[in-house]
This record gives sequence, structure tokens and C-alpha cells, in this order.
Amino acid sequence: MKNRITDLFRSKKGEVLSVFYTAGFPSLNDTVPIALNLEKAGADIIEIGIPFSDPVADGPTIQQSNKTALDNGMNLRLLIEQVKEIRKQAKVPIILMGYLNPVMQYGVKEFVKDAALAGVDGLIIPDMPLYEYEEQYKDLFRAANLCNTFLISPTTSEDRIRRIDAVSDGFIYAVSASSTTGAKGDFTSEQVDYFRRLQGMQLNNPFLIGFGISDRSTFSKASTYGAGAIVGSAFINLLKESKDQKKDIEVFVKNLKGN
Amino acid sequence: MNYTVDARGYYGKFGGAYIPEMLYPNVEELRNNYLRIIQGEEFQKEFHGLLKDYVGRPTPLYYAKRLSEKYKAQIYLKREDLCHTGAHKVNNTIGQILLAKQLGKQKIIAETGAGQHGVATATVCALMGMECVVYMGKVDMERQRPNVERMRILGATVVPAVSGNMTLKDATNEAMRHWINHPTDTHYIIGSVVGPHPYPDMVARFQSVISDEIKKQLTEAQGNPFPDYVFACVGGGSNAAGAFYHFLEDEHVNLVAVEAAGKGVDSGESAATTALGKPGVLHGSKTLLMQTDDGQVIEPYSISAGLDYPGIGPIHAHLFDVGRVKFVSATDDEAMNAGIALSRLEGIIPAIESAHAVAVLSQFEFDADDVVIINLSGRGDKDLETYIRWGKY
Repeated sequence: MKNRITDLFRSKKGEVLSVFYTAGFPSLNDTVPIALNLEKAGADIIEIGIPFSDPVADGPTIQQSNKTALDNGMNLRLLIEQVKEIRKQAKVPIILMGYLNPVMQYGVKEFVKDAALAGVDGLIIPDMPLYEYEEQYKDLFRAANLCNTFLISPTTSEDRIRRIDAVSDGFIYAVSASSTTGAKGDFTSEQVDYFRRLQGMQLNNPFLIGFGISDRSTFSKASTYGAGAIVGSAFINLLKESKDQKKDIEVFVKNLKGN
Repeated sequence: MNYTVDARGYYGKFGGAYIPEMLYPNVEELRNNYLRIIQGEEFQKEFHGLLKDYVGRPTPLYYAKRLSEKYKAQIYLKREDLCHTGAHKVNNTIGQILLAKQLGKQKIIAETGAGQHGVATATVCALMGMECVVYMGKVDMERQRPNVERMRILGATVVPAVSGNMTLKDATNEAMRHWINHPTDTHYIIGSVVGPHPYPDMVARFQSVISDEIKKQLTEAQGNPFPDYVFACVGGGSNAAGAFYHFLEDEHVNLVAVEAAGKGVDSGESAATTALGKPGVLHGSKTLLMQTDDGQVIEPYSISAGLDYPGIGPIHAHLFDVGRVKFVSATDDEAMNAGIALSRLEGIIPAIESAHAVAVLSQFEFDADDVVIINLSGRGDKDLETYIRWGKY
């Protein structure tokens, strides 16, 4: 079966740009126009965050966007409707990323089905245990033609990376440092060693580097090791300040891609 | 029925380790080593040595004569309030800091709500000469100022958690974020039977000294180790886990967990998790959780800062699920009245958390010879402000 994420990685080699933002932020109805503007500006993947009250893996920027989105009345059912709107007009791969609890309350089975029908191509649920996915959900995801992306970090063992690679579809999310989300400046030599190690492992799946990717310099460096990179907090900061989202998103994506 | 944790960290359908990959190595290191270390002879010797000489264990099992007369039963108080630092929390922090040393960690982090676990952690860090950072909700820091200063006197750095509602849940989030950012040199001492496996099992084992002592002390008092009832309050549930632990297989012993009903279970201001919660995932484990239909965690309420946690430990969710433990609740008013009553009847001012366990006695019909244990988890010194504001004494 065709999936927009696997198609993308088949056709585009290098500098794949995935942009993350929180659904319902800064305003409840911004989810759709932000996605459309991102596609127009040239983002390769749109990653939409499902807001949660207790985002333990996130730094202050994304925590705050989660809180704002929840205060705005954002929820998972509304997000599915918003994705349907986006999908009417956009061809770009769409990933939903969020903590397990809201998905669990929706019902994992129902959610996988509804997300796929709405036009979602992949999910990232960072606190879903690998064994639970393997035993309970893998077949479900595959039947719905949804990619599932796992995170790995600099402290993930080689054995575990191989096991994650074996059950992943689409790509692997390589967290750049042992940290929560948010910018930290340039990569250290330890980080570069880790990227090289991943590069040398000849994994089945391409990997995108995320956490701490904030500008052209970090994006292009990350892209020399991985298939591309994911930008989150830096984009949320832009949205927080933006008076003209369409224009600002265009400039932001252009700057990242270096054109 | 099996009440212990399985190899993957589940109690029935609750427990597990629901953590982002960045925490996986930290948790895996603990999981691979905790049993080997804490079951080691040297560890046990040092742990029990400190419990005896530093904490003051065994704590008395005191026959409460006037309380017994009032409720027409044979009531004993397990005096965890007499532990050094004023509550049972130190049993766990002693165990975990010895484990952290064995793992070669140099720094300790902890979360705290009312400050009791923070103080117990700061205390053992001073004892072991280790650096200590305690996360505490900004709102709780204002409510519990004396405990903030106790931690600072002991040399700990207290960091205000300013996310969310700025209470225990948010302090736990911040401590987890700190651990993600400092994965190699830092051990996170969780204060209750919550968190990803192996924390619930590890904390329950350290606290199980409570029921181990009760059995020995009852044998001495009455010739056999079995009470008819054990009562304990439950926030996350560490004192209850400790008080129930060695009785779980003794099915004829009635175990009663007391949750905080706040202003009433259905008032919208409550922390009665089993009455109001649904299965969910928070802070690394699957358990019963107070949450909206959309899966957002609800901020609980109780007059007692040690009970206002939106979940309960997965062991308790399981014990509730299979019916091994009866869950009841006491309101703010009932707990405060029970605290005053215990002060007047026995000369013991209990922590408001522990007063919840006393408050539900009137909901039970005891036989005159029923042996009833109340785990008096902490003393009321820290709650003096709340008693004064309550005023009805």
C-alpha cells in the first residue's frame, strides 16, 4: 500500500524538513492554515502535536503551547476534523505526535482507524512501550497503512536501535541529545559522533534528527548525517510572535532550507 | 491471587514503564540492578542498620486504649509518625540513596508536594554527602514554607515548578525532565509507589518494613501476627503499600485504603482516585487516574497536601481492581475532626494525611475483639498552620 511518508523518503534523498507545531496553537483554528502554509512554503512533512496536560519530554516552549492549546479548547476529536480539512487541500505527509494518555482515552484502535481515514500518514507516541506496540498495535497500524515512528537517543543501545529499526515504518526519530525539546545552540562533538554512529549502522529506515534544530546551520548539519531533520520549538516560538503567519512561515522555511 | 509485580512491571493490567526513549536507559539501569543490589547482604545490613540507629526503628505498635473504647475494638497505632523527619517517607529515601550510591550516582533529585518526601530526601543526602535538588510546585512552596526552609537548612536546592498548576504533579514532571537532561550522574528518588517500573515495586519493598514490624509486634502482643483490619491513607500510596505488603497473601486480613474526598467525592474538589478515576497513563505507569474524557489529567484537591495526587500507585489500582483492598474516603471535615479527636483521646497530633485513616473508623462495625491497625504515617507538626486555620478545637 502507498503511504505518503514512505513515498517521500523513496523520492527525496537528503534535507527532508519536518516541521512540528501544536494543534490549536496559538489559536484553536490555526491548525489548518499553518499546515497549508507550511506545505506551500516547502516543508516536506507536517508533524502536528496533540496537546497534553503533562508533557514530560518537552521543554518550556512546547509545554506552554500545550497549555495554551488546551485552554483554547483543543482536543483529539477536533484535531481529526482539522486534519480532514487539511487533507482536502494538501498532499504533504501528515504525522500526529502526542503522549499516550489522550490516545488511550480515545481508544487506540478507534484512533488509528479515524486518523487514517482523515488522511494521517503516521503517528509518534513517545511514551508507548516498544513491546506494547509490537504485541498489541503493530498489525493494527499496518492494516490502517499508518507509519509508526519511534524515538532513539544518544543513550539508546545498538541492540535496541536494531530492534526499533525492525518494527519501524517510514523513519526513525533520532533525538539529538539526552534532553527535553528546545534549542541548545551548535552540536557538540559527542552529538556528531552519535550521528556518525547511526549513519554507520546501515539501518533499514532513514532517520530524521530532532530536538535542538533551530536554524539553517543546525538543519543542514543534521541533514549531512540523517535524511533530514525536525524543527519544533523554534517554529512554535515563531508562531507565538507572528503577526502574519503566511509570510513568516514562508521566510522561516526558506531560511531553514537555505534558499 | 498474585499481588506481586510481574517481570515487566505489571500488577494485573496496571504498571509497566510508559516513558519516552530518553528515560529508557536510566530506568533500564535501575530495573536490571535493583533486586540484585537491595537483596544483597551488605545492602540489607546497612539499610536496616540505618533504619534502626538513624530513623529510630522499629517504630512502636501502640495500643490506643481510649480510641479502642470509643470504637469498641482493639485498636493499635503503628507509629510511623515517630520516624526521624516525622513520617514514613524516610524508609524509602534511605533505601534509594544506598541504591544510588551502589549505582555510582553523584547527584539526587526528588519531587515533593507537602515537602515531607523532600525533607526526607534532603536529610539522607546530607547524611551521605550527596548533592540534592528538590522540585516543588511554586504554589506548594508558598503553602509549606517551613518545609522549604528545612530542606534548605539541610543543604538542598529547592527549585520551584512553575508549569501547570504548580503543585505535586507538576513538580514530578519537572523532576522527570531534569532526569532526561541528566541521564548518567543523577538518581531520581521518587517518593511514592508511582512512576515507571521498577519504582512502584522498589518503593513498596522499602516501605514493607512497616508491615514486617507489625507482624512481629502483634505476635508479641497477642501470640499471632494477624490483625482483622489494617487502615492506611492513600495519596500515591507508599505508606499503605508498606502497611499492607506482608498481609496481601493473608486474605482473612481486611485491608482498607482511605482516599481524600476533599470537599466531597462529587464536589469537583476531591482526590478520591478510585471513585473518580479511569485507567490512564501518567508519570510512567498505567494506573487509575483522575482525568477528563479527553485524557487530560485533572488537578485533585484535598486539605492535605500529601494526598492531592491525581493517580494512585499501580499496585493499588490492581488491589482495588481485584477487590483485595477496600477503598473508602474521608472528607476534609471528617479528617480534621478525626485529627482533633486523636489529639484529645491519645495525646497524638497526627498529620492530616494520617487523620484520614482515623476518620473512617466510624464507617465500620467492628466486633469488640477485632484487632485494628491504623498506620499513623506522619505527625502533625507540619500541619499546625492548617489546624490553626481550621480553628474548631
